[in-house]
Amino acid sequence: MSTQQILLEAHAVAKHFGGVKALHDVSLTIRRGEIYGLIGPNGAGKTTFFNCLTGLYRNESGHFVFDGTRLAADAPHKAAEVGIARTFQNIRLFGNMTALENVMVGRHLRTRAGVLGAITRNSTTRAEEAAITRRAEELLHYVGIYERAHDYAKNLSYGDQRRLEIARALATEPKLLALDEPAAGMNGTETDALRVLVEGICRDGVTVLLIEHDVKLVMGLCGRVAVLDYGEKICEDVPAVVQRDPRVIEAYLGGSLA
Amino acid sequence: MSNAVKPLGRHQHWLALLLIGVVLLLVPFVAALGGQAWVRIANFAILYVFLALGLNIVVGYAGLLDLGYVAFYAVGAYTYALLASPHFAIHLPFWVILPFGAGLACIFGVLLGAPTLKLRGDYLAIVTLGFGEIIRIFMNNLNAPINITNGAQGITLIDPIRIGDFSLSQTSTVLGVTLSGPQKYYFLLVALAILVIVINIRLQDSRIGRAWQAIREDEVAAKACGINTRNIKLLAFAMGASFGGIAGGVFSAMQGFVSPESFSLMESITILAMVVLGGMGHIPGVILGAVLLTGLPEALRYGIEPLQKMVFGRMLIDPESLRMLVFGLALVLVMRFRPAGLWPSPQRRRELSESTD
Repeated sequence: MSTQQILLEAHAVAKHFGGVKALHDVSLTIRRGEIYGLIGPNGAGKTTFFNCLTGLYRNESGHFVFDGTRLAADAPHKAAEVGIARTFQNIRLFGNMTALENVMVGRHLRTRAGVLGAITRNSTTRAEEAAITRRAEELLHYVGIYERAHDYAKNLSYGDQRRLEIARALATEPKLLALDEPAAGMNGTETDALRVLVEGICRDGVTVLLIEHDVKLVMGLCGRVAVLDYGEKICEDVPAVVQRDPRVIEAYLGGSLA
Repeated sequence: MSNAVKPLGRHQHWLALLLIGVVLLLVPFVAALGGQAWVRIANFAILYVFLALGLNIVVGYAGLLDLGYVAFYAVGAYTYALLASPHFAIHLPFWVILPFGAGLACIFGVLLGAPTLKLRGDYLAIVTLGFGEIIRIFMNNLNAPINITNGAQGITLIDPIRIGDFSLSQTSTVLGVTLSGPQKYYFLLVALAILVIVINIRLQDSRIGRAWQAIREDEVAAKACGINTRNIKLLAFAMGASFGGIAGGVFSAMQGFVSPESFSLMESITILAMVVLGGMGHIPGVILGAVLLTGLPEALRYGIEPLQKMVFGRMLIDPESLRMLVFGLALVLVMRFRPAGLWPSPQRRRELSESTD
């Protein structure tokens, strides 16, 4: 595989909490343009992996190479800056801001206006502000909640909140969109709609890393899947192979099958 | 915030502004009928509006509980006092000192902000409180070995704000109208207050304002959105502090005297109470809070004394202690019945109704 095809490489990433090995030398490779699934039982270390990747946690050893450069993952905003956007398992929106404002916050990174611009409201600032609004509206449209633009984020339905979080993440112009259990708590219809959305995002050129519990969704959506168990990667392959892997079955069903 | 716009027509909007303008213009003349003391009270009310709106950026917008705000006020006041008084025999013009004082306060704001970035809520409040006290104690004790601040005696004979021969502290006639010193300071303060109001409004609906609000709402999510929370928080501290510095400078010039006594913890608490009582993050609310909390003690001073003498024939309770009693009671009542403040922003009302539900 040429380096140009690879977007993210994790090299032996390890993270401990006291004596608990949350991540134990996890290595994986995500290719440009694919939807990559990360699954595993509860507490397997999926979200910890996300947090290390996005700079919320500092990993004890190992490192990430993103888009050809090594990540200095010491601050979350830097991860966002190089093009890694994420959503959260327990939705973290700015509840008392409107849907539109939430997405506008996502544009912060790619815009420049400072205090002086804000105070003088010069033409550059006004133009930028208009562009921010326009882009945020487009993104709301894109994820399908444009008509809720002026509702407060906390008043949106659960499914719409998930969509809003994705729109906010997309506003940072990511190369890699990391979704942490986006289908959690969704019903069948909502999950299907989410699948269509994620496929669309991928088609539009954003690589997707998906943590999910809904095995059916992952199997249908992802090109490749890695399975974590007790902080270790036990398997990485196309869904069809992963599904039949005895170690995966054991991890999910527990106990020994022998 | 787009929903916070009042359902006023453009026409009514201008009419309201015109009305406010006329009232502001008349205040110093009406107050002067009761004596220059009332003009001074109006001046202090506006000075506190200015201070409270400066603190509003830190507390209301960015959500950082700052209990040491008076430190920046003190820095500004002492900067002016030292650079425009016989103490060091330096007499720089105000247009040099005020920006310099604001800049110095800004640096102090960053100095305070930097070590407290990881702290939130109660912890931040304690550290800022300590900072405020440190500054006051420094002012109190920097008279030995080298006498810099003149200790508890404070610095006297501070120059008024003066442009050429036109001094703001003497009576003079402008365009046929005779204006006393306090009346002239009044107009300067109103101009400054309008400036800080415009800055507050414009910041609120800007990229920076949204970033502050995002940090207030959820700092982790704000970081994940690519907001450099360290810089944005420091910016809030720096801006708030600069306003404190300007207010301090004007205070110095207006009073002609500063001493550490003016910068006690009580002062910080009062300014914070103005912001909280009025309605955090909501400009009209903060203004209301500042005016009420400046006016109330004065009303008590002038109202209670004669009242007591009339009813009891002598003074039973010292107005000063009664002031604290009423002040405390008012705070308790407001927080109990209007937790979002007397005139809250629709936004803050929602935030608080959510947490009390």
